[in-house]
Order: sequence, then C-alpha cells, then structure tokens
Amino acid sequence: MRKVYNFHGGIHPPENKLQSLGNPISCAGIPPQLTLPLSQHIGAPAVPVVTVGEHVLKGQLIAEAKGFVSVPLHAPTSGTIAAIEERPIAHPSGLQANCIVINTDGEDEWAPHEGREDYQSLDKPTMLNLIRNAGIAGMGGAGFPAAVKLSVKPDTQIDTLIINGTECEPYITADDVLMRERADQIIAGAKILTHLIGPQETLIGVEDNKPEGLASLRAAAEGSGIEVVSFPTKYPSGGEKQLIEILTGKQVPSGGLPSHVGVVCQNVGSTVAIYQAIVLGRPLISRITTVTGESIGQPRNYEVLLGTPMAYLLQLAGYQSAGNNRLIMGGPMMGFTVPDADVPIVKTTNCILAPKEAELPTPPPAQACIRCGMCAQACPASLLPQQMFWFAQGKEHEKLEQHNLFDCIECGACSWVCPSAIPLVQYYRASKAEILQARRDHEKSEQSRIRFESRQTRLEQEEIDKEAKRAARKLAAEKRAQQAASGTDGAEDPIQAAIDRAKAKKAAQQAGTVGNQNEAEKLTSAVASTRKRLDTASKKLAEAQAENSDLVTALQTGVDKTTEKLHKAEKALADYQSKSSSDSQDAPTAAGEVDAAQAAIQKAMAARAADSSLSPEQKAKNNLDKLVQRLQKSEAKLASCRESGEEEKIIDAMESTVERLKEKIATAEQAVSEGEES
Amino acid sequence: MTELISQFPLLAALTALVGLGAVFGAVLGFAAVKFKTEGDPIADQVNDLLPQTQCGQCGHPGCRPYAESIADGGPINKCPPGGEATIQALADLLDVEAVPLDEEHGEEKAKKSVAYIREDECIGCTKCIQACPVDAILGAAKQMHTVIISECTGCDLCVEPCPVDCIDMISEEESLQTWHWALPDPNARTVDIIATDATRDEAA
Repeated sequence: MRKVYNFHGGIHPPENKLQSLGNPISCAGIPPQLTLPLSQHIGAPAVPVVTVGEHVLKGQLIAEAKGFVSVPLHAPTSGTIAAIEERPIAHPSGLQANCIVINTDGEDEWAPHEGREDYQSLDKPTMLNLIRNAGIAGMGGAGFPAAVKLSVKPDTQIDTLIINGTECEPYITADDVLMRERADQIIAGAKILTHLIGPQETLIGVEDNKPEGLASLRAAAEGSGIEVVSFPTKYPSGGEKQLIEILTGKQVPSGGLPSHVGVVCQNVGSTVAIYQAIVLGRPLISRITTVTGESIGQPRNYEVLLGTPMAYLLQLAGYQSAGNNRLIMGGPMMGFTVPDADVPIVKTTNCILAPKEAELPTPPPAQACIRCGMCAQACPASLLPQQMFWFAQGKEHEKLEQHNLFDCIECGACSWVCPSAIPLVQYYRASKAEILQARRDHEKSEQSRIRFESRQTRLEQEEIDKEAKRAARKLAAEKRAQQAASGTDGAEDPIQAAIDRAKAKKAAQQAGTVGNQNEAEKLTSAVASTRKRLDTASKKLAEAQAENSDLVTALQTGVDKTTEKLHKAEKALADYQSKSSSDSQDAPTAAGEVDAAQAAIQKAMAARAADSSLSPEQKAKNNLDKLVQRLQKSEAKLASCRESGEEEKIIDAMESTVERLKEKIATAEQAVSEGEES
Repeated sequence: MTELISQFPLLAALTALVGLGAVFGAVLGFAAVKFKTEGDPIADQVNDLLPQTQCGQCGHPGCRPYAESIADGGPINKCPPGGEATIQALADLLDVEAVPLDEEHGEEKAKKSVAYIREDECIGCTKCIQACPVDAILGAAKQMHTVIISECTGCDLCVEPCPVDCIDMISEEESLQTWHWALPDPNARTVDIIATDATRDEAA
C-alpha cells in the first residue's frame, strides 16, 4: 500500500454525484447544427481553413493552430459549413466569439484517418505532433493544450507521471463513468504517455468515493506497472498541485510548474483522447459531459459532439425550466452561469448543471468580515484569504502579490466556508485580472516611451544633419564669392555670365553650356523630342479612338498642345538658324540676348520718358485705352474658357478679373473726363 | 612629536582637525565625481509611473518633461490619461497628498481609444505622421496612411492636423481577451448587523 499525503485545508461539500451515475454513458446523437468556437482552450484562437458552403467530413481539420500554445479544431461530423461568424459562447462575460457553424448532414461520414498501433516505434516529436494535431486541450476544465504540457524540456528529469482521475467537484461524474466503462482506454493512454515521457513511475490518482471506477481501473491496470492509488475524498484534491502533494508529498513551488518537482499531470479524459488520437487516429471531436441537477429529468452522462448546443442536450435529458434558477457550465464550485442555453459544448465542458433554487440557493448578501479565519483554514494553497480580501478591496496590488495572490487556484473553498457569505474568490479573480491588465499596460507604456524617445533622437539627428548641410553650403558659397572677387581671369567670367543667364531664363538646365553649337543642338533636340512625343501621343489617341475610350478628348487636347509646341520649337530653330547664319559665327549669343534685354529696358524707359513728357490728360487717355484693350483680351479668354468647359473655379476667377477691369475702366474714364473738364 | 603636541596643544588639535577635514573632503569630493548619478533618478521613477501617451495634455511636450517638472516639485494632477490611479501612485511615490485631477487639462476617459484613419478619405498629406509622437502612423506623401493600432497611445494629437478630418478616435471594445471579472460591488452588501436593523429597514 502506497503512502498518501495530505494537503493543507480543503472542504467537504455535499457530493451529489449519485444522481447522474444511475445510467451508463449514452450517445447524444447528431444535432442539426454544431457551433464550434475557435478558442476552446488557453492560448491563441485557431485559424479557420474552410470556407462557407464547403462540405466537410467527420474528423476533417477545419481550423489550424496559431502559434505554439494553441490547438487545431476538427469537424465533429460530416456536413456543410453554414457560417464563420460571431456567436454566443460559454463564457462568464456573455460576449460573442468567432465560431465555425456546421449544418450536419446526418451521414456521419469519416474523413480518411489512420492510427498508429506501433506507437513504440515513434519518436517523441512525432508523438507530440500527433497529439497536437488531434486538437487535444486539457479536458479537466482549464483547457491547456496537452502537447504543450507534455513537451518537457529535455534536461528535466520526470520521476512521476500522474493521471488525474480525482474529479473532486460535486455533481460531476464524467471522469467517473469514463473510468468505469473505458478503463482499458485510460490504461492504454497511460501507457502511451509513459512511453512518451519515460517517468520512473506512473500513478493514477482516484478519490475513494469512486469505488467502481477504482475497481475497473485496477482490473485494467493489472500487470501493466501502472499503479492506481486511492485517497480520502476532499475538495479540491483534483487540483494539479494538490494531487501532486497527495501522491508524492512534494509541493510545487510558488509560481513554478509541476515539472520543476519532476511531475507531469494529465486528466483521464485527456489520456483517453491521446489514446484515440495516436492508436485510432481520431482527433478530439467529442467528449463526455454530465448533465445533472434537480431540473433535469434523467440526469446522466452523454458522449456529446463538440459544438452541440446546450439546449439540445438539456432537452435530451428531460430539462424542466420551471424552478430552475440558472444554468451552470462546470461544477457548482468553479463553474460559471451561462447567459442562455444557446451556447455550445466545448472541449472543456465537463458538466452542465441545472439546479433548483433550493438546491443551489442564490448567495445571501455579503456581510462584514468577522476575522474568523475559517477561509485561511480551508485554503488549499495555504494563503491568507481574509488579508487578501482587504487588499483586494483597497486595490493594493503590490501587497496582494506579496501575499501570493497568484498561487490562488480559485477553487472557491474560502467563499464556501465564509460565514459572512463574502464572495472571496470573486475578489481574487478580479484582482488577478486587474494586476495582469496593469502589467500589460505598463509594458505598452514602456514600449511607447521607447518609441517616443527614439523618435526624439531621430528628429534631433535630422536637425543636426540639416544644420551641417546648411553650414557646408554657406561655406561653399563664401569660397565661391572669394574666388570670384580674387580671380579676375577672363576664363571665369563667361561661366559666371552663363549661370546668370541660366537663372534669368529659368530654362537652361545645364549650367555652363554656352556657345552656338550647344544652343543649336539644344533647339534641334527639343524639336526632335517634341516630335517624338507628338508621335506617341497621336498613337495613343488612335488607340483610344479605336477602343472608344473616355480618354479620347483628353488625349486629343494633348495632341493639339504637343503639335503647337512642335511648331513653336521648329520656328525657334528656324529663327535661330537664320539669325546665326546672318550673324557672325563667333559672336556669342549671350551678347545678343543681353542686347535684347537691354533693348527692352531701353524701350520701357523710353516709354516712361514719353509718358512723363505727356500731359496728364493724355496719360489718362492712354491708360484708358490700355485698360480697354486688357478688358477685351480678358473677355475673349473668358468666352473661350466657357466654350471649352473649363473648371468652374477658373471661370469664376476670370469673371472676377473682368469685373475688376470694368471697375478700373470706369475710374479711368472718370479721370479722363475730369482732365478734359479742367 | 609628543613633545611638540604637549607644547602646543591648541595648535596640535587644530592641525589634526584641519588635516582630518582635508582628507575626508578629498574622499567625498572624489566620490562625488566618481560615483555621480547619471540623469535624475526621481524623474525616472516618476516617468515610469506616467502612462507614456505623450499626448501633451499636461502642457509639457511629452511625458518625460512632465516627469521632470514633477520631480522639481510641480503639481501631480495634470495627467488625464493616467487619471486618479496615476495621481495616487505619484502621491505614494513622492509622499505627498493625492489631489483630484485638474479639469483644466482634460477629463479622464473611461475607455482607452485608438486612432483610426478612414482610408478612402485620406489624401496622403503626412500631417498626422508628423504629429504622432510615437511613430504609430504609417504612410508616405500622396499615399494612404494607416495607424498601427498596437503602437497607438490614443493621444488625439493626429486628429487636429488632419485637413480632411478623416481620423476617428475609436474606443476599445471589450473583447474576450480584455474582459475580466469585476470586483464585487460593495454597495450590494447590505450590512444588517443585527436582525432588528433588517426588519426596520424593510418596514421603513
């Protein structure tokens, strides 16, 4: 007989397990529609790999795992994908989540699958991959991906493999019936896990309130080297850390994992799923769920397809809504009330509880803490619930962490024993979430700070670089000026003159290109390029006309403009050629241009001189004449714009110009008449 | 030596004291140079508590300058994104009285928000990119811009410069990832200390 240990605290709530043990497991059948949430486990939600309207077979992959801590999802039966959308799921928040909805066809047609009887020949990564690809998440309630839990680091020595058949929570009997009816599969699964992990011993821990399950397990384990250990019933001995202490006497350190003390734990349900995945090649598509409570006509265990609506299962079990005060998913201690019965059964749903008010009364209003210390005595994690209660109320997160809030397993034993009916575990759940939120916020703010600071340094660097460039340019300019001042060589002058000219013309692109040859070349190349552009434009126009495209008008105007430009360029070239032939070959064009500019200036000056010599009346008249001319021009432009259908803005602007000119003419006329009068 | 000391006791004592003073002064001076603290440790600690939204609602160009002003004894109630929680944390750190948030700088928002650019309306002017203090907006001139949601601090600074007003501040919806249990409502606890109190309440 093996020595069993005890853990601190624990409670003995009424077990209420017999109700659902009267009947064997029965199949719940295929409901018309299945709703499969993409996130039925701890970790990243799976990613759908099917599309709406696609026909899927039983066991076919419909969503793949995303990342390491995630599991894939398979079709529980054959049918068509009806939708991939947000649906209500079993979650205490009552929020919706992405689900794949399958309209079943009732054929229950399997996708091709193949088991590996010879798992002994498989290596560890292959086996882990098989478990992972079968979509197995912990079926005891938490839903942690089994493959992740089994991926023990190579340097960790595992002494003990524990198969958890404790099922300590009241009402739930899913694991109990599994042990009674499928003990051989549990043992087969345990053997696979033993092969995978290679522990020194493999134990199956079962509470002594399940004698039949114990007996059948012991019979099945005969000669396999797997030891079935029974120990006194106490809630919450099914907690992983508690069970490890009961069976091995070792305590998992605060914040540590079972592997730190050389132990790996798996639930019996998960063990059977692993057996089915490896030996039968069957992914996790169904589970055993207890349907119980006083509002249920025939409480029993069902083998139910994942995604089956809760309402379907309730109806099957003879649910009477009269007197039922709430629907609970999970047990009475750690389960949660679901918003309505439309939510689907998921991988972690071990029980559906439909109690009557008298059976599970609504908790009375909480009263003041009287410091009786019963919660501290009941706490299986040896915490001080009454202290943490004060800190949680005062939101003293630092003190909560010092009091090892994160070792709380949220079993609810403290709330159960509290004579003041304080919902203690609620305070811890909320505080844990708040602390995790604060950590995430702090991480984010740290990230923002780093981004802000790097941006600041980047901007500063840009400013410094700009300043340096500016300084360099200034220096270069000064140097040039100095050179210009000091060097009076004849060679320097034409270059400077050319730059000036280039600036004045705003057309020359290459500074320092002077001379007849260059000018002539430039003009010729301009003609050539314009011609080329005209060619391509006309080609495009022809194409557009052929295709009857909307761009025809735009292209037409483009061609017209280009033709005009070509004419201009040709004219310029001809002018230049005639000029250069008449001028002496050596005469620099620069001089000619300077001459032209000077001539213009002289002309303007002459005009001004003439103006000043004129009488004021004459001046006013001239002015008026000019204005009338401008008005005529503007009006002509406006008319042409209107005809060609220019933008409204431009037409408006032109109209206002005409108006202004008219006003100016009016004042000018006045001036003229005044001058005549005088 | 002993003779000298006994002959001039006053002078000897004076020399000894001055000597000691000079030696310790030198040691302290050396230590002050050698072990000089870089930066401002108080400002660093304050900065660590600020939400780092870099929104400038406090009137300082970023969280760091505000932290420095707090370290110099400035008011601690000018940060609306941090709200009461930040004020409480700052009061605890600096051992001063926690004061209510200064309404002048804005109100604390109940929910966090992130910027969202209506992409088909964006004209690609890059003004919001220049305004963003944490480089959370991606885009180029005349190209559509978009916000990197995971980096957005919800500071609102990009909303103002947008010439076509295509930036919305969207408050974060509660999702399964962000949802968590709320603390039980303390007001739901009707404290009836003795049974007669309860009946009197019901009668009243």
